[in-house]
Amino acid sequence: MPRWSEIAGRLRGLGGLRALVSRRRPDAELLEELESTLLLGDVGVTATERILEAVRRSPDEPANALRRELLQALGGGAPLVRAAAGPTVTLAVGVNGTGKTTTLGKLAHRYRAEGRQVILVAADTFRAAAAEQLEVWARRTGAGFVGGSPGQDPAAVAYDGVEAALRRGLDDALVDTAGRLATEHNLMAELRKIHRSVGRAVSGAPHEVLLILDAGFGQNAVAQARRFTEAVAVTGLVLTKLDGISRGGAVVGIASELNLPVKLVGTGEGVSDLEPFDPEAYVDALLDTPDTAR
Amino acid sequence: MFESLTQRLTASFARLRKKGQLSEADVVEALREVRVALLEADVNLRVVQGLVARIREEATGQAVLQSLSPTQSVIRIVHEALKETLGGVSTRPPLSGQDLTVWMLMGLQGAGKTTAAAKLGLLLTREGRRPLLVAADRQRPAAIRQLELLGQRVGVPVFAGSETDDALAVARGVAVQARRLGRDVAIVDTAGRLSIDAALMAELRAVKQVLAPRAMILVVDAMTGQAAVEVAQQFRDEVGLDGVILTKLDGDARAGAALSMRSAVGCPIYWASTGEKPEALEVFHPERMASRILGMGDVLTLIERAQAAVDPAEVRRVEQRLRQGTLTMDDFLDQLRQVRRMGPIGDLLKMIPGLNRVLPKGTSIDEHALVEVEAIIQSMTVRERQHPEVIDASRRRRIARGSGTSVQAVNRLLKQFEDLRRLMKSQKGARRPGVGPIGPFGPRLP
Repeated sequence: MPRWSEIAGRLRGLGGLRALVSRRRPDAELLEELESTLLLGDVGVTATERILEAVRRSPDEPANALRRELLQALGGGAPLVRAAAGPTVTLAVGVNGTGKTTTLGKLAHRYRAEGRQVILVAADTFRAAAAEQLEVWARRTGAGFVGGSPGQDPAAVAYDGVEAALRRGLDDALVDTAGRLATEHNLMAELRKIHRSVGRAVSGAPHEVLLILDAGFGQNAVAQARRFTEAVAVTGLVLTKLDGISRGGAVVGIASELNLPVKLVGTGEGVSDLEPFDPEAYVDALLDTPDTAR
Repeated sequence: MFESLTQRLTASFARLRKKGQLSEADVVEALREVRVALLEADVNLRVVQGLVARIREEATGQAVLQSLSPTQSVIRIVHEALKETLGGVSTRPPLSGQDLTVWMLMGLQGAGKTTAAAKLGLLLTREGRRPLLVAADRQRPAAIRQLELLGQRVGVPVFAGSETDDALAVARGVAVQARRLGRDVAIVDTAGRLSIDAALMAELRAVKQVLAPRAMILVVDAMTGQAAVEVAQQFRDEVGLDGVILTKLDGDARAGAALSMRSAVGCPIYWASTGEKPEALEVFHPERMASRILGMGDVLTLIERAQAAVDPAEVRRVEQRLRQGTLTMDDFLDQLRQVRRMGPIGDLLKMIPGLNRVLPKGTSIDEHALVEVEAIIQSMTVRERQHPEVIDASRRRRIARGSGTSVQAVNRLLKQFEDLRRLMKSQKGARRPGVGPIGPFGPRLP
């Protein structure tokens, strides 16, 4: 996984923690440093306290105990689900500006490179030029495209797109939805409707509902995940804009509380900068935390 | 949800109280709660450490230990410290008198720069300025188109250069275009970037050099976590930074990033963006922000929203009808809509301080019940709405079918309405000042 080592390489000022974690027993200095690292990585107070407690009690060396705790919280890596027959339908959901459109564009690129037939569906009829943005991605990746007109019912657009994938015998329909704050009741109801209409077009769809999270988000990401999961059956997380400064530690709490696997990470601005999630590499990157905010 | 600091402190002091006198060790315990609350609000760890040290100094004085309500004393000290850190009065970036003023917007990808640019355009237009929006984001697909559409919507011209222009070429055309269109403020939307991107930072510096902006404004997502400080420091050190626009504050993020920004980077927060509509750009209020970060509710915003959603003439009309006992179903429906226009009921309740303590945990407000009431009333004929007493069993069945509800639901609404009318009639003559728009309906809403 070359991208991962690159991320770790971008992180500056590591070393301190490494040296401390290699100690035999968790002393006060180590625990304090560990706490700072986790908190600065947006892991959150609750999850951090739980992890530190486990490290303190563990008879193992702190380094091992810490890695084990984090990996356990994150769960194993989970592959993207494929439909047994017919098109696989993937829905991207999340708050505004997390990178839903870009993630689907990159996913289309990945699938096209594997030789699949893909259609991109712009069920974001709210944000100005959202459909145009996805259409550019369709052209770039050689995917098909279905979009609605501004203000059209997004559930109807989603239905049309997925139905087209079925009719044309395509492998994948990637459905983009408008960004919405999880506190907007009406918009969450709209999302449920999109989810239902996709299921009417192809039975068993959507096969993947990916909640797109910005790696720069703090503890509100946990509340978001909770609310989106309540609204629709989210199947996995995508961590975007993971660049070394934004470390996305909130997923540690989310993954363990809601039992949601992280499936993909966006690591850069290039078309191929979307990778399957590698928990071990991620934990290493999370712990090599620079601390320039001192 | 996370508990608010008030709850935490109350619980912590209640435990301590049982032991009798509060000691300095108890204050240390309270400070631990303060620390957790700030961290959960996403205030940067280093900023939290500084704040807690400062609060410790003030709180270990005798006054807190001897006060009757240590919770309130500590809360007051913490609140004051946050308010001071967030800055006193709200400020805004400078405008030139005669020459063209340029403001540059910058930030990470997805922070909301393009939307913020359009909102600023509308705000300035309403203040009698003649703004020009400049599309200098040549990276994200369809970013130019997005700004053009938003510009159309708010009635502000957009300068996008020609399709093949890079950001620098567009920047060079701004002065001429502004003069030609008679524009006096240029708001420049730049490309979003990941935190570390030397090339785009260099581009930003080059654009800045051409445009000589009066303000470099960083657009920051209210949901940003610990990285907020480092990101802002980077922009400050590499291109210069004068102030901040905080976006997506209409969500439920506590937005501790605001505090980090102010404390670690030292620049003011100019505006807060609070909704998807173009008007949703508000002056930043340090005091309200302090309350929000502490989870203390926000009565002022609630009042502002009520004022924006409620028409005073309408209120007087309904009040009169209530007094006369001639209230109709249409009035009822109007009232319901006014309340709903203020936002999700759950959000409104959260703004009322202390209410989150009274309501049992996990209380959810059934917005659907309000939709149901609306559907029922809309399924009534005009005559039925004005004289609900004519609604017999057969009409009830029809209304239930028409609204997709049940006869029981229709009965329930009619009963509530009748109770309300009777209550109001019995109050006739009795002076009831201050019957507000929500007042009489408050406890009756399903």
